[in-house]
Amino acid sequence: MGTALDIKIKRANKVYHAGEVLSGVVVISSKDSVQHQGVSLTMEGTVNLQLSAKSYTLRCDMKRSLLAKDLTKTCEFIVHSAPQKGKFTPSPVDFTITPETLQNVKERALLPKFLLRGHLNSTNCVITQPLTGELVVESSEAAIRSVELQLVRVETCGCAEGYARDATEIQNIQIADGDVCRGLSVPIYMVFPRLFTCPTLETTNFKVEFEVNIVVLLHPDHLITENFPLKLCRI
Amino acid sequence: MAVFPWHSRNRNYKAEFASCRLEAVPLEFGDYHPLKPITVTESKTKKVNRKGSTSSTSSSSSSSVVDPLSSVLDGTDPLSMFAATADPAALAAAMDSSRRKRDRDDNSVVGSDFEPWTNKRGEILARYTTTEKLSINLFMGSEKGKAGTATLAMSEKVRTRLEELDDFEEGSQKELLNLTQQDYVNRIEELNQSLKDAWASDQKVKALKIVIQCSKLLSDTSVIQFYPSKFVLITDILDTFGKLVYERIFSMCVDSRSVLPDHFSPENANDTAKETCLNWFFKIASIRELIPRFYVEASILKCNKFLSKTGISECLPRLTCMIRGIGDPLVSVYARAYLCRVGMEVAPHLKETLNKNFFDFLLTFKQIHGDTVQNQLVVQGVELPSYLPLYPPAMDWIFQCISYHAPEALLTEMMERCKKLGNNALLLNSVMSAFRAEFIATRSMDFIGMIKECDESGFPKHLLFRSLGLNLALADPPESDRLQILNEAWKVITKLKNPQDYINCAEVWVEYTCKHFTKREVNTVLADVIKHMTPDRAFEDSYPQLQLIIKKVIAHFHDFSVLFSVEKFLPFLDMFQKESVRVEVCKCIMDAFIKHQQEPTKDPVILNALLHVCKTMHDSVNALTLEDEKRMLSYLINGFIKMVSFGRDFEQQLSFYVESRSMFCNLEPVLVQLIHSVNRLAMETRKVMKGNHSRKTAAFVRACVAYCFITIPSLAGIFTRLNLYLHSGQVALANQCLSQADAFFKAAISLVPEVPKMINIDGKMRPSESFLLEFLCNFFSTLLIVPDHPEHGVLFLVRELLNVIQDYTWEDNSDEKIRIYTCVLHLLSAMSQETYLYHIDKAGYARPHTSPHLVAGMKAAVRGSHGKVDSNDSLYGGDSKFLAENNKLCETVMAQILEHLKTLAKDEALKRQSSLGLSFFNSILAHGDLRNNKLNQLSVNLWHLAQRHGCADTRTMVKTLEYIKKQSKQPDMTHLTELALRLPLQTRT
Repeated sequence: MGTALDIKIKRANKVYHAGEVLSGVVVISSKDSVQHQGVSLTMEGTVNLQLSAKSYTLRCDMKRSLLAKDLTKTCEFIVHSAPQKGKFTPSPVDFTITPETLQNVKERALLPKFLLRGHLNSTNCVITQPLTGELVVESSEAAIRSVELQLVRVETCGCAEGYARDATEIQNIQIADGDVCRGLSVPIYMVFPRLFTCPTLETTNFKVEFEVNIVVLLHPDHLITENFPLKLCRI
Repeated sequence: MAVFPWHSRNRNYKAEFASCRLEAVPLEFGDYHPLKPITVTESKTKKVNRKGSTSSTSSSSSSSVVDPLSSVLDGTDPLSMFAATADPAALAAAMDSSRRKRDRDDNSVVGSDFEPWTNKRGEILARYTTTEKLSINLFMGSEKGKAGTATLAMSEKVRTRLEELDDFEEGSQKELLNLTQQDYVNRIEELNQSLKDAWASDQKVKALKIVIQCSKLLSDTSVIQFYPSKFVLITDILDTFGKLVYERIFSMCVDSRSVLPDHFSPENANDTAKETCLNWFFKIASIRELIPRFYVEASILKCNKFLSKTGISECLPRLTCMIRGIGDPLVSVYARAYLCRVGMEVAPHLKETLNKNFFDFLLTFKQIHGDTVQNQLVVQGVELPSYLPLYPPAMDWIFQCISYHAPEALLTEMMERCKKLGNNALLLNSVMSAFRAEFIATRSMDFIGMIKECDESGFPKHLLFRSLGLNLALADPPESDRLQILNEAWKVITKLKNPQDYINCAEVWVEYTCKHFTKREVNTVLADVIKHMTPDRAFEDSYPQLQLIIKKVIAHFHDFSVLFSVEKFLPFLDMFQKESVRVEVCKCIMDAFIKHQQEPTKDPVILNALLHVCKTMHDSVNALTLEDEKRMLSYLINGFIKMVSFGRDFEQQLSFYVESRSMFCNLEPVLVQLIHSVNRLAMETRKVMKGNHSRKTAAFVRACVAYCFITIPSLAGIFTRLNLYLHSGQVALANQCLSQADAFFKAAISLVPEVPKMINIDGKMRPSESFLLEFLCNFFSTLLIVPDHPEHGVLFLVRELLNVIQDYTWEDNSDEKIRIYTCVLHLLSAMSQETYLYHIDKAGYARPHTSPHLVAGMKAAVRGSHGKVDSNDSLYGGDSKFLAENNKLCETVMAQILEHLKTLAKDEALKRQSSLGLSFFNSILAHGDLRNNKLNQLSVNLWHLAQRHGCADTRTMVKTLEYIKKQSKQPDMTHLTELALRLPLQTRT
């Protein structure tokens, strides 16, 4: 097999913060002696965004590559932005969903009757803590097929023509499957995916925001969505 | 070749016996002797029966037991010591305290008194089956349209990323339709294997995908009857996965310096392990669908131990709440069962979660009767009474977990909560299946009341009574309630129309009836069973249950006279009409009889019934019956025969044996047993008559002898026949049936030529010669005391036997024939003594003759008299003609031996020559008169022959010489001194 290269970073979780020194070793394992023209370390930073933007304030995925003749080994590591200052204040929100509360309905009369109640423990979320809450199906004429939590990332970018807005579903979690028991609270619980979320960011011409949709599917084919904007932060 | 004459040494057996015998030392009381009759002392711990229990403990103490093994111990034998420690109350107490101790040390391990899941597994798989076609869908794509995922624009990259987890293999869509149940099981097993393979080949993501796909199958409730079995199969895979992940992370914590202890704390786990662990949890948290997310997370619950101390105790309640999102009540109750299962395994001390699951379940209980479920049942064409029994495996498990070591108060609360809900038969059933039997038993009347109030349309009532019966078989209800319980229960049971329902229920209640009531009640129950199971031959479908009933009845009635006086017992047996089952039942009965019958019996009721039972077993034997089966049946029948005794009514006894012979003629071991029994009977008769038969007893004994004589030829085993001829001949001889004895011996002699060279012993072919040698030696010992017949020549039996030996085709390279001749020489020497070594005397036992028997002239005409059989020593009285005949025979035999020794002069046979020569030398030394010159010379020659080629074992030769020298010091043996001088020892160079 010949020669193998490996990069070992000191931190097992590969998470670093701005200003820190990334250290580790490059391991070259070989049976015989190896000729080389030097070992070099290269670091690349890429931002995982759809619209062009260059910013390191975000959490970024960085690549660094090492070249030794033809051998290359890449190793990914993560940079976390510095914890935000300021006090975290929970902001609970209660909600009730009935046919009447819905907007954007074509024929309200055709809708089956239902009453959903619930709350989110906070729309201000710490990125490392799950989103929690409860949902109670108080009544519903139609059988429930599924209840899902949809996490959406909204990126807004100011450019010459005005604003460009892009919404991406980054995670969809089912919290109820089938016709759940009436009057019994179903937990709302979602872990924020590590690679697709970052603290909410607002600058003059660039915004990264998050929203959660509670999506309720009723028999035979009704889709009810309730939207909640979230504010993520890192402490 | 020179003919060597034989001269027997005169033996004074009495003097030899006196000189050889060890001095008898009287045994002091308390001295140890292995054969001393000992008294088994039962240790004094009193058995404290549980309150209210009437079950008798069978004690096996007996003062006359001769057990050489137990006498080694002082006072208490090991069995009674064991019995003492096995005292239930003491044991329970001991266990209890040790459990408490263990609980203190470590409350994270479930005790052995918790019935593990593995016990339930097989039962569920066997019970929940289907003939409908099943399908496995291993791709999530088919659900895409239904879910609202496409409503928002989703970047390709993210989509791929998410679906990667759901996809089993890139781009593969596997939907397998029309699977039979067996195909399905096989497929799942394949998945289990591919999970292990993927893991072994380091494809962790693929492994996770497989697990996700599998757990997804649990959300599918089509073919609902199969769901419990599906749950079993798939949770097996999850268990495998959980174990693999845990072990891998565990192995990461092990480095060269230290091994992680079993009960480690999170600080001991290193960062890499923690990070890997965290990664698994993040991956799982992003699984889109609820059910797979739940199951996969639950399966690796144990891994929380690497992250934090409180991880498990935080996860369990969250997972419990998560189940609330599962709409289908059946799917949800099984999810709860899985969580409880994992919880019990990982953290059994976290009781709260278990209780939460139970109370959550009660909250959703009403869903079972809701529209969604009803609609689904209509679609699948499943009735409620067959839908509800799908719940018990999961419910029983949850209830069992909760009730394990639970305080009485909690159980009572649970019961009260169940009571309050409508249509609670299902709950009631699980309470009865899972709670402690004692708890249920003491409230039996309450339960009967509740069962009666249950809605008839829902859960089948007979199952409820069955569950109650199971509890009552284990624990006893209050004394005062017992009869009422039986009456109330049986009132319902007897009304069950479906024979299957009926028998499943009745079978359980038989145990209770047998335990607490008399034969009258048992009889009533049996009669009721017969009444229900006879119409339309319903018994044909219920043999296992009927068998169980019989077993339970037998287990409680050890007294067979009582058992057979239960009028309906035999009619009950008549229901077993399939032969194999009938034989099985018969075996059980006989087994119990042999085990429990203490005294021999002549009770006509028992005899009649058991003869019938044995006959049934015997008649099942045919050409295809296996040897083992025959052996088993024979053992059982023999056990019965041995237990039958008519006391002093010997004729009745004989006629019983005659009847048995005609009944059991196909089982050889039984015939052998019968022959032994009849011989024993003859000897018993002799004992009773103190050796002097009256005319009547003489006739009776001859009848016994005749019985044996005509039975033996029907046996197949050649050595069985030979030995029985010999044995029966001895018995005939002892009973003065001389001509009959002659007939036995002649029959044996004429059978010898038929002995094949190889015989089958336990399925292996073995040479028969050693067996033949053994038999013949035994035969010779008997022939010593057989008196000659006045109308035949001198020693006619010996001569005939010698002729047969001469003509027998011996193995080419064997010395067996010569060894036999040597034995004949010993016999003839013994026969030429003035007084034989032993005789048949009045006492009836062949033992060294201690009183000198004086020759009283020729009494050949009266070969036997006064209960004593005269042997040739008395008959011939040392007549010279007799001795001459005897010596002539000896010469012939010696000539044969020497001839044979000569043929062994070849190289490869020298060793044999040496050893045979030495053996012959020893024979001459022991039996020959070495004052005779020729014999003396012969022995010297043999000594040289033995040493000639250096084949002799020097040590043996030295020992032999030492013996000779020692013997020469005896008064009559001085001539041996001179012999010893002529016997040089070869020195090895």
